Amino acid sequence: MGTPFDYAPAPESRAVVDLKASYGLFIDGDFSEAAGGGAFKTISPSSEEVLAEVAEAGAADVDRAVKAARTAYTRTWSRMGGRERGKYLFRIARLIQERSRELAVLETLDNGKPIKESRDVDVPLAAAHFFYHAGWADKLGYAGLGPDPRPLGVAGQIIPWNFPLLMLAWKIAPALAAGNTVVLKPAETTPLTALLFAEICQQADLPSGVVNILTGAGETGRALVEHPDIDKIAFTGSTEVGKLIQRAAAGTDKRVTLELGGKAANVIFDDAPIDQAVEGIVRGVFFNQGHVCCAGTRLLVQESVVDEVVHSLKRRLATLRLGDPLDKNTDIGAINSSTQLARIREMSQVGEDEGAIRWSAPCDLPDRGFWFPPTVFTGVSQAHRIAREEIFGPVLSVLTFRTPKEALEKANNTPYGLSAGVWTEKGSRILWMASHLRAGVVWANTFNHFDPASPFGGYKESGFGREGGRHGLAAYLKEQS
Amino acid sequence: MSTRVDVRKTYKLYLGGKFPRSESGRSYEVVDAKGRFLANASMGSRKDAREAVVAARAAFAGWSGATAYNRGQVLYRVAEVMEGRRSQFIDEVARGEGLTVRQATAAVDAAIDRWVWYAGWPDKLAQVLGSSNQVASPFFNFSLPEPTGVVAVIAPQRSSLLGLVSVIAPVVVSGNTCVVLASQERPLPAVTLGEVLATSDVPGGVVNLITCHTAEVAPWLASHMDVNAIDLAGAGALATDLEVAAADNVKRVLRADPAGEADWTADPGLSRVRAFLETKTVWHPIGQ
Repeated sequence: MGTPFDYAPAPESRAVVDLKASYGLFIDGDFSEAAGGGAFKTISPSSEEVLAEVAEAGAADVDRAVKAARTAYTRTWSRMGGRERGKYLFRIARLIQERSRELAVLETLDNGKPIKESRDVDVPLAAAHFFYHAGWADKLGYAGLGPDPRPLGVAGQIIPWNFPLLMLAWKIAPALAAGNTVVLKPAETTPLTALLFAEICQQADLPSGVVNILTGAGETGRALVEHPDIDKIAFTGSTEVGKLIQRAAAGTDKRVTLELGGKAANVIFDDAPIDQAVEGIVRGVFFNQGHVCCAGTRLLVQESVVDEVVHSLKRRLATLRLGDPLDKNTDIGAINSSTQLARIREMSQVGEDEGAIRWSAPCDLPDRGFWFPPTVFTGVSQAHRIAREEIFGPVLSVLTFRTPKEALEKANNTPYGLSAGVWTEKGSRILWMASHLRAGVVWANTFNHFDPASPFGGYKESGFGREGGRHGLAAYLKEQS
Repeated sequence: MSTRVDVRKTYKLYLGGKFPRSESGRSYEVVDAKGRFLANASMGSRKDAREAVVAARAAFAGWSGATAYNRGQVLYRVAEVMEGRRSQFIDEVARGEGLTVRQATAAVDAAIDRWVWYAGWPDKLAQVLGSSNQVASPFFNFSLPEPTGVVAVIAPQRSSLLGLVSVIAPVVVSGNTCVVLASQERPLPAVTLGEVLATSDVPGGVVNLITCHTAEVAPWLASHMDVNAIDLAGAGALATDLEVAAADNVKRVLRADPAGEADWTADPGLSRVRAFLETKTVWHPIGQ
């Protein structure tokens, strides 16, 4: 439907990215093929175009990477002064900034997220994480863990596909600052920016073996978790896999931190600035196609304003532009994989079957690739599966409440506890809600903000341990009493 | 003239602020270090443990919601009341652990002093463990420690009072509530501690003490979906199985010292306190 006010296409150029036909594993400072010769293809979810073939690490490769990390830990990294370690991290931060356009385009190609998000959120925050933690490397004695806290050793790190480079930064930057070495496994569907990061490590002359990147799927992750010479496991992903990892680490002396699923409440009181709140709702659940563990997927609206909020929300959602993720005007990109799309479709069908009312933004979905329109369910009760289970897609459930106490009870009525949002002009109510919400991050009159100085992580089944800030460093240090 | 017959105590559980026998009606014989009969202790059951969790959950809102100043005063009161029963504890610890009076006195005094140490902490935890975070956007951003919730504590098996206090105090100091399985072979000081807690303004349900066979009851706490964390201090060979079960609802797990039971006379530090804290971060916009 053309109108005089249609946007012209404004695609970001792919030319900045130099895609190779195949990528190896990054072990001990060099790229090599998997010992078993295994490989898999990574595709662009917006077009289903094959981007590259990537090596699939097996147990032998995991063992080689852990040995390289161990050697680098004992011979180099744990012996190096914090000031020198910090300088490597500063270098990496600068290299990410220098190659930011390339990283953003590659992230968008491999993940499907809009270029404006990879360009303005993922990549700058990744650089900021390295810059922030670089400064900690020679100041660990000030972290509140004793005068000379020690690193743990070799960290095995497993990250998800929703923020591939950013999650890598959340994992690698604090680990290295604290003096650990790492073996990191990026997600199966989004390996490419991690491999570009490996090149950045080479450009930074980071000592070999300090960072090792193993591409692969669940079996690779399992081999890493179960490797006997890993001292620390850091995992971001589903609660289901998090529990498997916690069980696997039982009875060992491996330290574990888990950043798992969520079903966050975003609570709108009747005195909230509705237009701002609507923007916050959109940011809360339609940012990154809803592929966000802390997404505000349960909208709790005070009964007196629910009609106004839902009306404004639908009007706003109808203006979102869904399509080519490389287009600079795109708001909603592609769903990351066919598997995830199937999950979102299934859960949306469950929502309808259980009696909630479904509304999807009127937008044309491209013919190729994996797409799902921004969708809102009204008439949702707490018993509905769409109000209890993580969907990890652009799907919002709207529930209502009458009193602050009821809002709080509903917000906390979940096994998860990663994040929550509160919208009201009343400061005392914000602080009352914030202190009673059982969630690790509470956003007041905003949603989905992140910063390397700000600790992030969950209560209850959303996991344990923090990432970011002084608290995040504790996940990679032994307290010294 | 006949000599006076002493009045002996019935050792019971401490659940929800009351002193019931085990619902199972069972008891087991407790002997001293030389194998002589001391008392019959209640033999707590799975159902007792579940009821204790319900009591601990019910007590959580009030205890975690109390002011830090209030919690500090209550913990100090525990020390005051324990001091009044000092000779009773010395006698129980000496007989149960086979210590000399001098050794038992040192352990009891250290246990009382430990409460005093923790009594000073509640209103300092947020200052020491919290932070204001300088984010690169117009927000006031701060992080505060909060209690994890209901904590299951497998108390040390050897140190029946000092070890016990050393694992309970760091749990409740921040506002957690707990269900504690006392030392299986040396449970009597735990029951007496319950009597102290009950008369020290510690709200009922904040600390629940169960005497039992550890291997029978601990697995039910480890897998309980309304328990948020578990301290494996006295779990011994059960530790791995309990840690596996704890993953059912992603419990926070404090493992036992791999080198064996800790030296409870050492400076406790904050690591046990930290193990049962969550960090909450709040973002608040700054604007005109």
